Amino acid sequence: MTPLVGYRRPAPGVHPPRDYGAYRATQWRHPKEPLVIIPQTLSEITGPIYGHDKVRSTDADLTSQHPGAPLGERIVVEGRVLDEDGRPVRDSLIELWQANAAGRYAHKNDTHGAPLDPNFTGAGRTMTDSEGFYRFVTIKPGAYPWPNHHNAWRPAHIHFSLFGPSFLTRLITQMYFPGDPLLPLDPIFNSVPGERAQRRLIAAFDLGLTQPGRALGFRFDFVLRGRDGTPMEP
Amino acid sequence: MAEVTPFQTVGPFFGIALPFEPGDTLTGPHVMGSRIIIEGQVRDGEGQPLPDAFIETWQANAVGRYRHPEHQGKLLPDPDFTGFGRLPTDDKGWFTLVSIRPGRVRSPSGGFQAPHILVSVLARGLLTRLVTRIYFPDEATNASDPVLQLVSPERRPTLIAQPIAADRYRFDIVLQGPGETVFFDV
Ligand SMILES: [Fe+3]
Repeated sequence: MTPLVGYRRPAPGVHPPRDYGAYRATQWRHPKEPLVIIPQTLSEITGPIYGHDKVRSTDADLTSQHPGAPLGERIVVEGRVLDEDGRPVRDSLIELWQANAAGRYAHKNDTHGAPLDPNFTGAGRTMTDSEGFYRFVTIKPGAYPWPNHHNAWRPAHIHFSLFGPSFLTRLITQMYFPGDPLLPLDPIFNSVPGERAQRRLIAAFDLGLTQPGRALGFRFDFVLRGRDGTPMEP
Repeated sequence: MAEVTPFQTVGPFFGIALPFEPGDTLTGPHVMGSRIIIEGQVRDGEGQPLPDAFIETWQANAVGRYRHPEHQGKLLPDPDFTGFGRLPTDDKGWFTLVSIRPGRVRSPSGGFQAPHILVSVLARGLLTRLVTRIYFPDEATNASDPVLQLVSPERRPTLIAQPIAADRYRFDIVLQGPGETVFFDV
């Protein structure tokens, strides 16, 4: 029986707190009891290897899923998925969803008065390659209002979902755009403790990824939890 | 060493991308093991159901084998069972998982864990995911399970599905307040 190698626990101050008053919806949705710390067992160290058979070739290009082109600024979002030790996370599913250029989701519960775009659904997925690289083509999402507080607007963002190799590496996050004036005002972005950690959620504009006459390029890397050095008892 | 990417809430609109068919039914036609149904409601600290949440489940197959490269063993994985479920709640906060009863898997301290299903809870208003486990009521091995041992006896019942019919269980997830579900730091 090979010994199990666990995953590092996140340092304090990496992830948002569960109770964050400025984001009102946390008020009744955060546990009041402390989390119970448990050992990482085979159950947690394994995890779903999911999505390989679900990804179609058009899923990574959100501008080509309909007969016409969506409105908005076309962008390329490219980067790598790595672990804390810089090792690529290979052959792993990334899912994304976002609002259209006007700031409206193609979701039945989105009541924002901005127009829907018949040529844009706003959902995509892809697999990382053997070096951990991924690439999406989409349009820049618009900012949108939300009912958290008076005159609340979400900065432009893209939602991402990643699996990695383990139940413990599961990550759901949001990518933001550099220079957005709404960032300092957004409780969800600011729930991330500290400027250093917040900066990791902002994509970098990259002229090298920008396609002349076609699309602006943004680079965004993800870092998932890494392996612990010490094997645990089997 | 690179620093991990911070978690963010899944928000209210994940439904355009994440749900898949049949995310709530883990049993292919030839699945090994005894079929079970687990239904439950996700509620907040005011007792209100969450219509905008989803849970993900992860479990071993009937012989205690995870479909994962790091689970070495003599037994082949069941080709008809991935062990992964993704279940959006309905407009009254309910989910229904159709699966099989998991076998026992090893405990890090030696011996075996009691049969269990891992659960991630995600929703608007949850800035990180919450992690819990579903255990079964008619299971003598619960008494020696290494994870249940770490939970105070008064709170352990929140981790044990309640029988409502043959092979049918109820497991509510209460995010806050009286009957608050035990959530784990993994
Ligand atoms: Fe959003």
